[in-house]
Amino acid sequence: MSERVPLVRLDGVGKNYGNIIALRDVSLEVHAGEVACVLGDNGAGKSTLIKIIAGLHRHDTGTYEVQGEPVVFESPRDALDRGIATVYQDLAVVPLMPVWRNFFLGSEKRKAWGMLDVDFMRRTTKAELLRMGIDLRDVDQPIGTLSGGERQCVAIARAVYFGAKVLILDEPTAALGVKQAGVVLRYIVQARERGLGVVFITHNPHHAYPVGDRFLILNRGRVLGYHTKDEITREDLTSLMAGGAELQQLAHELESTSRTVAEELTE
Amino acid sequence: MGQAVADPSPKVAGGDERLAQRSLARRLLSRPELGALLGAVVVFVFFSVVADAFLRAESFSTVLYAASTFGIMAVGVSLLMIGGEFDLSAGVMVTTSALVAALVSYQLTLNLWVGVAISFVVTLALGFLNGLLYVKTGLPSFIITLATFFMLAGANLGVTKAVTGNVASDSVRDMDGFSSARAVFASQLDIGGVSVNITVFWWLLLVAVATWILLRTRIGNWIFAVGGAPASARAVGVPVDRTKIGLFMGVAFCAWLSGMHLVFAFATVQSGEGVGNEFFYIICAVIGGCLLTGGYGSAVGAAIGAFIFGMTNKGIVYAEWNPDWFKFFLGAMLLLATVVNLVVRRRMEQSR
Repeated sequence: MSERVPLVRLDGVGKNYGNIIALRDVSLEVHAGEVACVLGDNGAGKSTLIKIIAGLHRHDTGTYEVQGEPVVFESPRDALDRGIATVYQDLAVVPLMPVWRNFFLGSEKRKAWGMLDVDFMRRTTKAELLRMGIDLRDVDQPIGTLSGGERQCVAIARAVYFGAKVLILDEPTAALGVKQAGVVLRYIVQARERGLGVVFITHNPHHAYPVGDRFLILNRGRVLGYHTKDEITREDLTSLMAGGAELQQLAHELESTSRTVAEELTE
Repeated sequence: MGQAVADPSPKVAGGDERLAQRSLARRLLSRPELGALLGAVVVFVFFSVVADAFLRAESFSTVLYAASTFGIMAVGVSLLMIGGEFDLSAGVMVTTSALVAALVSYQLTLNLWVGVAISFVVTLALGFLNGLLYVKTGLPSFIITLATFFMLAGANLGVTKAVTGNVASDSVRDMDGFSSARAVFASQLDIGGVSVNITVFWWLLLVAVATWILLRTRIGNWIFAVGGAPASARAVGVPVDRTKIGLFMGVAFCAWLSGMHLVFAFATVQSGEGVGNEFFYIICAVIGGCLLTGGYGSAVGAAIGAFIFGMTNKGIVYAEWNPDWFKFFLGAMLLLATVVNLVVRRRMEQSR
């Protein structure tokens, strides 16, 4: 499609847990400034896929390339060093700690004598969040006082600040209301516009379609479809996601039932 | 600037205003020490009114001394609680530490400073063991340290009886190094005509150092994080296990300092002492605003908790009440403090 070297490229990647085939023959490209959506129902293999990309698991077949170089990650740290950061849905933040402490947790900026450079960290947190479009009055408030969507956004901003080139977002909108999901989607777009490659895992095609450039639909560990945005409509995506043929059959059934009901009513 | 980026609808602006109004009250409430400070004022005024002797400088010095003996331990225990763990062995560990110094020095006729050093190593090793057991087994620290509590309590008595044939260690008063070690661990300093025990200054120093660690170092950040959300902390690269082990060793360090005070204040150490004190340390920390579930609290709060503890302890004596009621008051204060903490945490964790 494009001659640019993708940030992340999976080619025919598969993974077995003992005799269970969790993932088979999956290919995916993530380019800078693009959002690749991975869709699938529960048990489709989404988690296995991101665990491979994030370095938690190793793939058994196929190749995994980062910026054109084949890699085999030993740990999430390896992935992080190559600029691949993962934001997990429930492991994002420590609720009782101030926003700025959360932002720098694990990568604290220090001055002489091991003193924390509090001023720098407060300023940077405020500035970085502002760049993502979050205007916080007080970065000293516990992050638990922010909404679920904002918390995800802080975690995303943190990953971006610490040099992520590829962001893996594990169901960032799953536990959120419509409005908050919208907030997160806006930051996904922000991250894309800042030139990051984003892997956005979701089971909601309505969240994926507006922000995505590529769509990988998984079902029972196999690829059900891999499309760029111009190849697929929102309706196709939704029906693919829901199992395609199965959904059509369901629609027919429902239609005929409602017709019967309608006929009965008119009689 | 921010307005341009964020949605500038009037609804958002209204929300911001509400937030600004609430943030003052919330900022006050979000101080972990607030409840304890109010409590301290109430207790102070109360005893000033009911006990004539309470306001005298010597009485105050006695109150501070009582506060410091528990406050020193409360520093370590509060940090550990912020880190999400308990140490039930803290009380008897003080006695163990004191016994090690006294018995080793006496039996081997060593300079007492050697005993002090050996005790330091042994006590920190005990703290390390607590931490290691916790990290390796993944059992609740409550269970781990309950086990070490019983083991230490038994060993204190057993070893002391086996070595001295008595339930107390032999007096080390006439041994080499006693006076110099006493000067460090148990002397009285004259402050403006009032004699104040040196433990008060050790206590204040520890509180200052602990506060600095908590608020201004990377380790402090990690302590809050491992207590608040260990899995999240691990995910962003915080060494959770090392931090927890370090906190158990922090308690051990405080136990060593308290133990040395015991040795050089009384020269002999009763092997059965210390049982039950662990709860007093926990009470100080909890009154001071540490959450039992971890992730929140302060060393200053624990110090105020210890001060309340000291005032109540001695105030009842100055008021010439039946000291049997002391524990009743302590329990009531604990209940009150925990309720205040609960309210604080609910306010902080509320989502908009």
